[in-house]
Amino acid sequence: MIPISTIQSTAEVLMDKAAIEIPQDYLDGLQAAADVEDGDLSSFVLQAMLENYEAAKEDRRAMCGDTGCPRWYVKMGNDAAVEGGMVALEAALRRATANATNGVPLRPNRVHPLWRTDHDNNVGIGAPEIEYGFEPIGPGEEKADWIDLITVHKGGLFGTDYRMLFPSDGIEGIKRFYLDSLVAFGKRGLACQPAIIGIGLGGSKDTCMVLGKRAACLRVVGSKNSDPKIAALEEEFKELGNSIGMGAMGFVGKSMVVDCNIEVGYCHTGGMQMSVHAFCLSSRRAVARIHGDGQVEYRTDPDWFTDYQRRETVEWEGHAVLEAAE
Amino acid sequence: MSGPRKVRLSTTPTPEALADLRLGDIVYLDGLIYTAREGVYMRALEERANIPMDLPGESAANFHCSPAARINEDGSYDLGAVTATASFRFSKWIGEWMAKSGAKLIIGKGGMSAADYKQHFVPNGAIYLTTVGYGTGALLGRGVKGVRDVHWHKELGLAQAMWVLEAENMGPFIVESDLAGNSLFERENDKISANLDKVYEGTRPATLKRFGETDDRSDELIG
Repeated sequence: MIPISTIQSTAEVLMDKAAIEIPQDYLDGLQAAADVEDGDLSSFVLQAMLENYEAAKEDRRAMCGDTGCPRWYVKMGNDAAVEGGMVALEAALRRATANATNGVPLRPNRVHPLWRTDHDNNVGIGAPEIEYGFEPIGPGEEKADWIDLITVHKGGLFGTDYRMLFPSDGIEGIKRFYLDSLVAFGKRGLACQPAIIGIGLGGSKDTCMVLGKRAACLRVVGSKNSDPKIAALEEEFKELGNSIGMGAMGFVGKSMVVDCNIEVGYCHTGGMQMSVHAFCLSSRRAVARIHGDGQVEYRTDPDWFTDYQRRETVEWEGHAVLEAAE
Repeated sequence: MSGPRKVRLSTTPTPEALADLRLGDIVYLDGLIYTAREGVYMRALEERANIPMDLPGESAANFHCSPAARINEDGSYDLGAVTATASFRFSKWIGEWMAKSGAKLIIGKGGMSAADYKQHFVPNGAIYLTTVGYGTGALLGRGVKGVRDVHWHKELGLAQAMWVLEAENMGPFIVESDLAGNSLFERENDKISANLDKVYEGTRPATLKRFGETDDRSDELIG
């Protein structure tokens, strides 16, 4: 049984880490982009960003003044249990979001869409979002009694789009919408590029958006889709994005895409939904695993897209199912 | 590589100092800056509330921003990071605001259109400075030596309130428009657009079109 106080205190640390510490995988990716960037203004921008990450860590202040929309992904091992149950967990994550907004401090961004009511704490109706995933017991694990808490602070206004494509649009149509999205939001740097570009393909409209957002926010720079043909597309799309001739802030340059991640879901036989998401120059994510015995381990790789999350068919041929069958 | 030119600029700049700026110069600011975005514009221009500062005497620098900050119980302020919000959304208010406030520096994210510069900025002798990145929130936060005041936070909330910040060597910012109303972003767009046909080779437009993005109601989704 994981104590609720551990959930809340861990969540508060995660809010702080996400806001202040740029994840190493993104930093390495941006450094690599800065090394090859030869546009005068683009180079200046990338150097300024690298200095900014240092300043944030030295001062323990947020790297970006726009907190975006803090949200939570909760992944639970199949045997995990929380003191007070899931309602208590949700309350703890909401409290942690409010406390960290005041504590770090972060910008209170969340308001009512019509009345613009602002609680000054990033909490409100449906905010922060809390999404869930579950994981069977892994090889060598005795019990999957852990919980992964993941917070992502992603910008909220630009860089994301959705389109219903059809099988007849083909790869040419996918490329077209990809380029359209990058150019449209890349101009003047509205997407805060170079970014981790997440692409969702298939699913339904809502799940297509979810897949693309998770591809951008829950996979690290350098990761590859487990389907080798999709992994090849990711590489091709990264290069395509960086060949536009546009760099940071929409200045002439070649650093638009730090990495491109694609996730797919089965869709209607007549359709080919597509979404594009940009996780920005302040790619803020932080992860902690809380074990059943209350121990906490921090990391920056959400490791969300396991084989189980991408399972293809009815039965899961994993350890958990075999045990249950015995 | 020498890189772009760096300039220190007052937030109550002389016309000569502004005339000297070139597109792409890197600017660091000294003096008072105030934040004003949709909340302040609506309150000052549509509801006709009295602006609680002496403008442009105290400051001629309008920042499209709300900082990551808190107001403590004792009335003091803690300010962390500072990052701009996208300015194009404020086009409908900016002309009237500049006439009323005498702002010479509009600071934000992404600039505005050259049409806005020619219509509103040039007659008021104003220029646009863009933040860098985006955004260098921690670097800009370092350049704020103190918070002088926060106006209208009860009426507008922390994010929309009018924050009055004491800037010292605060930056970097990039000169995006000059006194003639030229735009650095549009200059860069033109260069990049020249290459786009080649990049788009081997792609095709979507089969299903979008309705409502033009005013032609006879449009159809297909064809």
